[in-house]
Amino acid sequence: MDIVSCRAYPGAVTDRARNGGPSSNATSGSNGKRTRYSAWSLFSHGLTTKDWPLAWRKHDLARTYDVVIIGGGVHGLATAYYLAKNHGIRNVAVLDKGYLGGGGSGRNTAIVRSNYLTPEGIRFYDRSIRLYEGLAADLNFNVMFSQRGHLTLAHNDASLRTMRWRAEVNKIQGVDSDVIDPTAIKKLVPYMDTSEHARYPILGALYHPPGGIVRHDAVVWGYARAADAYGVHLHQETEVTGIDVRDGRVTGVQTDRGAISAPIVVNCTAGWSTLITDMAGVQTPIQTFPLQAAVTEPVRPFLDTVVVSGTLHVYVSQTDRGELVFGASVDPFASYSTRGSLEFVEGLAGHVLELMPPLHKMRLLRQWAGLCDMTPDYSPIMGPTPVEGFYVDVGWGTYGFKAGPVSGESMADCIATQRTPDVISAFTLDRFTGGRLVGEKGAAAVGH
Amino acid sequence: MIQLPCPWCGPRNVSEFRYAGEGGHRPDPDTTTPVEWRRYLYMHRNPLGWTRENWYHGSGCRTYFSLERHTETHETRTPDSQVDATPTPENAGDAR
Repeated sequence: MDIVSCRAYPGAVTDRARNGGPSSNATSGSNGKRTRYSAWSLFSHGLTTKDWPLAWRKHDLARTYDVVIIGGGVHGLATAYYLAKNHGIRNVAVLDKGYLGGGGSGRNTAIVRSNYLTPEGIRFYDRSIRLYEGLAADLNFNVMFSQRGHLTLAHNDASLRTMRWRAEVNKIQGVDSDVIDPTAIKKLVPYMDTSEHARYPILGALYHPPGGIVRHDAVVWGYARAADAYGVHLHQETEVTGIDVRDGRVTGVQTDRGAISAPIVVNCTAGWSTLITDMAGVQTPIQTFPLQAAVTEPVRPFLDTVVVSGTLHVYVSQTDRGELVFGASVDPFASYSTRGSLEFVEGLAGHVLELMPPLHKMRLLRQWAGLCDMTPDYSPIMGPTPVEGFYVDVGWGTYGFKAGPVSGESMADCIATQRTPDVISAFTLDRFTGGRLVGEKGAAAVGH
Repeated sequence: MIQLPCPWCGPRNVSEFRYAGEGGHRPDPDTTTPVEWRRYLYMHRNPLGWTRENWYHGSGCRTYFSLERHTETHETRTPDSQVDATPTPENAGDAR
């Protein structure tokens, strides 16, 4: 299989006018003029037997770039896209040791929400939801964003109190979020066991209507295609083996395809970020933990909200194909292994059945694991480092996918203006030695 | 399920243990600076490869012990010395 190219499919995107979009005169290499995806292009292409043109091109590695981004996931590609679109910096390379979106971007459970607990977190993730809302039109790529509502269940008084606290902080920040009672939950999710006789009775839930799910691969491919149209070079199967630092400033990177000189290098490698920061001699407070997830066989649509239980460490949503996607909290010890374990499936099945007993006949299709770069305060690390020109966008733990667009936008801003934007000013690396932790108790990995 | 070699109980399922992390050289609280103390609390080596770490056998003999484990293959080996359970840059296993 040729993993270096990807044929994207057209999405049923509303044909909205875009400002300065890449489609007007960009070409797709030897494949002729770039196709603008629309309902009409889908229809007219359906009348032919031709393949769709490649969504992005393959390039030779140039000797020098203005910006080198390590990691071709949502964060790296979004950073490249916003550098080109918002700041006109187009001599950019995105390097990935595997294929685009093969790490956390393709392994997460695709949930998006902004009902966090800290004002810094809420402001940040809410901006991300706003960007996701307009993303399909912006990228001319259907990302299948479904704002179906998000429920975080409370099974005891302590977690109900946290939900009320979160709801109030959310409301002050202008985020649609409220605590609802078991009757209202039953109305939203009829298959849920909301009786008082459950082992962990449901006392209430934090309901967040703007939350939902996005097709994560589409976000990766959409950003890749749009960045490519601006002239960004996407290099797959290109592993970074070293980072050149001279007199405290970065001068380039070494790869298994040759050396690149660049004044700015950005680390967007999530679970593997420590290996990259080590190359530049920068110390981070990150530990890598696997997080496992699983998916069932497809069934008829019956669940149109995202259901999360912090106490039972499980989250459930149903995809448009009808599969149920399950996620959990991180594995109990640090590891770079992406193997699944039987004890995870056992625990997961038990917890899902406690919530929704009618699912007992469903069969799991597959399970997988992704790597989470956990920080001590469940908040990311973004911005400059002690090595001049070396930037990090790491520490994404269990919340990287939902932050993809806003991270790209703010990292691009940070790199282009040489100034940390307000929206990420709380997330700098020096907060750990400076004692200014953010303490995000609204993160998925935190048990309530 | 991987098994860990408990020095007292022998090989047991990992679910009996609690991961106590990399540890690290603990500075003297009386003489340390806040920056040094925070570095000790928060910074991790997080290597891909062999690492030395601490575990607590909570469902067994309830002892803390240190162990060398490969963070990708999950192989384990008993360190030469059990005396010092807190890894320092000198006695910690090399990455890869």
